[in-house]
Amino acid sequence: METNWFVLVALMLVAYVVLDGFDLGVGVISPLVARTSEERQLVLRSIGPVWDGNEVWLLAAGGALFFAFPLLYASSFSGFYLPLMMVLWLLMLRGVGIELRSHVDNALWQSFCDFVFTLSSLLLTIFLGAAIGNVIRGVPLNKDGYFFEALWTNFRVGPSPGILDWYTVLTGVLAMITLTVHGANYLAMKTEGDVQLRARRLTQKGSWALSLMTVLSLLATLYIRPQVMDNFKLRAWGWIIPLLVVVTLISMFYFRAKGNDRAVFLSSTGYIVAMLGGAAFAMYPYLLPASTDPAYSLTIFNAKTGDYSMRVGLVWWLVGITLAIGYFVFLYRFFRGKVSLEDKEGY
Amino acid sequence: MDNALTIDRLQFAFTVTFHYLFPQLTMGLAPLIVIFKSLALWKKEERYNQAARFLAKIFALSFLFGVITGIPMEFQFGTNWAKFSQFSGGVIATTLAMEGVFAFFLESSFLGLFLYGEKRIGPKWHWLSAFMVFVGAWLSGYFIIATDAWMQHPVGYSLAADGTVQLNSFWLLLFNPWAIWQYLHNMGGALITGSFVVTALGAFYLLSRKHTEFGRLFVKTGVIVAVIASIFQIFPSGDRQGQLVTNYQPVTLAAMEGLFQSESGASIVLIGQPDTAAQKLDNPIYVPGMLSFLTHRRWEATVKGLNEFPRDQWPDNIPLLYYSYHIMVGLGTLFIAIMLGAVFLLWRKKLFDARWMLWILMLSFPFPFIANTAGWITAEVGRQPWLVYGLMRTAQGASPTVSAGNGLFTLIGFMGMYLVLGVMYLFLIGREVDHGPKLMTSQNGVTTLGGNLVAQGVGPSQKEAQ
Repeated sequence: METNWFVLVALMLVAYVVLDGFDLGVGVISPLVARTSEERQLVLRSIGPVWDGNEVWLLAAGGALFFAFPLLYASSFSGFYLPLMMVLWLLMLRGVGIELRSHVDNALWQSFCDFVFTLSSLLLTIFLGAAIGNVIRGVPLNKDGYFFEALWTNFRVGPSPGILDWYTVLTGVLAMITLTVHGANYLAMKTEGDVQLRARRLTQKGSWALSLMTVLSLLATLYIRPQVMDNFKLRAWGWIIPLLVVVTLISMFYFRAKGNDRAVFLSSTGYIVAMLGGAAFAMYPYLLPASTDPAYSLTIFNAKTGDYSMRVGLVWWLVGITLAIGYFVFLYRFFRGKVSLEDKEGY
Repeated sequence: MDNALTIDRLQFAFTVTFHYLFPQLTMGLAPLIVIFKSLALWKKEERYNQAARFLAKIFALSFLFGVITGIPMEFQFGTNWAKFSQFSGGVIATTLAMEGVFAFFLESSFLGLFLYGEKRIGPKWHWLSAFMVFVGAWLSGYFIIATDAWMQHPVGYSLAADGTVQLNSFWLLLFNPWAIWQYLHNMGGALITGSFVVTALGAFYLLSRKHTEFGRLFVKTGVIVAVIASIFQIFPSGDRQGQLVTNYQPVTLAAMEGLFQSESGASIVLIGQPDTAAQKLDNPIYVPGMLSFLTHRRWEATVKGLNEFPRDQWPDNIPLLYYSYHIMVGLGTLFIAIMLGAVFLLWRKKLFDARWMLWILMLSFPFPFIANTAGWITAEVGRQPWLVYGLMRTAQGASPTVSAGNGLFTLIGFMGMYLVLGVMYLFLIGREVDHGPKLMTSQNGVTTLGGNLVAQGVGPSQKEAQ
């Protein structure tokens, strides 16, 4: 049962990164692909009706994580106190940047909103990547299952690391590049004209950087945490995941050359699913490894909630998520197709 | 201020108080928007759609601020109250996680449709999207109230071997009797805020002789909803909430009422200042016997005073609890008086010309925000010294590894951030109110942002309302 919940929480987090990932990526590249105020408006319009719903996946995943593994939620949220609070502030600023821009028809106001939108999106992508890096690398848990990490110590991977060390900076940059490419792929799919051309050019170069960073980060992961190979030895079917990473990277190049924007976007989606899925597969059954004493690690067994809750939870969760997926399919189908500036609506 | 617990409490209190200014407005406005959308469908008049679109602008801005200030709420259980989360996660995470999958997705998806899709979706579906936004907002409120109600009155749980609480009855948690009345009372409060704001907008337009047709529509709809909600707020919802406090939190009741000594035929104090050290009320003005009647339905019943309870069970800030409770009840009574007067004038067809009453209606919109805030302070300070009533003290719930220095850093950060957000919100709402309802995007014409209607066959803003 706890394995089910491990998979479900991981799925919700993956859904968040895939969906809100392109919103963030669009934010990062907005100044590169959109030169005029109208083009920026167009870029915002491409995510306007969906970004809030996408962000909800983070809240829902956080809720599910609290529900299924209360100790993990208590320990990690208090241990990652400072970076989490900064993520909250950045999420607030991002919302402000997206939603308030069109409220005032003034060039200064709009460039301010654009700046806030881009800066917060950029920092969020790095923070999210660094967060994953921290979880893979492990944190200095004590025997009660708690810890506290400063933002940085000496940038080394050791028994008392900071949030940022060379490894988590690397994963942060990887996430930034991944989501930038993902966002550019989304824009290439949703827009036309100059914005689309620039987005396509960006993904071409970005895909090379992404391939390079993928190799680098995999090597780094093997170096700092060789245990990630254990599950691959134990369950050979897991090798399908790295295969998928390679396939999606190749298909990104292939379909870009063919000019099939939708397939490129699906490829970067597949890449994100495979990378995060691989991380979850390698971590299982660990939720948060300890850099102090492996026995202090939080696992799905020592952090789980009561059995009754988990059983009942599966019922309401399945009902709720089916409804949610229904709304999303409806919403995305409704707003499918290219966005344009002629079709102005909204408040 | 060098104590981590104090900072954790201040930060939660500050962020949740600021946050709840927005949801109470959006939960109150949502049903009013549905009313206008329904009228538009039913009477086939475009002006109702325009009224709905104008309110949707206010709603969308407030919703955005509610969303962005709401994210920290869900996170702070873990960041600042880790021990509490570990202890009670087996129960309260159920309702919190359910809010995520059942309410947040519903609300955000349909809000996207409602705000961006009117032209493409057609009137019936647009009505449905407004209705679903309303359902999502009110459902979201229910899960939060169910969570708080469990902290006020824990039910459906058992103590596990590791010292945590675990759920053993899903339905008891979801339909906690405390939750049902607290919810109705809370939503009544939200409706009061929403209807007072709509009324005040209408009064503002009537008084400044702009958009007078919408002014009348807003005042008329607003006062009718407000009078119903205000009465409902005292009876039955406030009364039943009081009964629950009497039965399950008698020490809280004594502190709320400033009742230091037990009394039979206890009187209710309208005004007076509690002196906790001397254990008495200064300058009291009271109604004899009333407290006994309200709490026990008998004039001569004995109401337990604070003297009956050990000192370590008393709420730790009795004056704050006493004042917030009295401010809530005092304002609630005033709301009924104002709105009965307004409805009387409406019935006699004099309201739109009674400028003195319009002034009162326009200026009274901040008070529901104060009353709602005071009500929540009553509930949360009243629960002290408990975090989960009778099970966990507040002092035991904070995060063990978050230092006072790091806590103060983020508290100051939130204060700075919310100051900026608050100024922005007021500025933007001010602009929308100034633009008024007639400059909305239209059903089938093309408009420019903030510009005029183009190619429209409807000119309802010139038509008279009645």
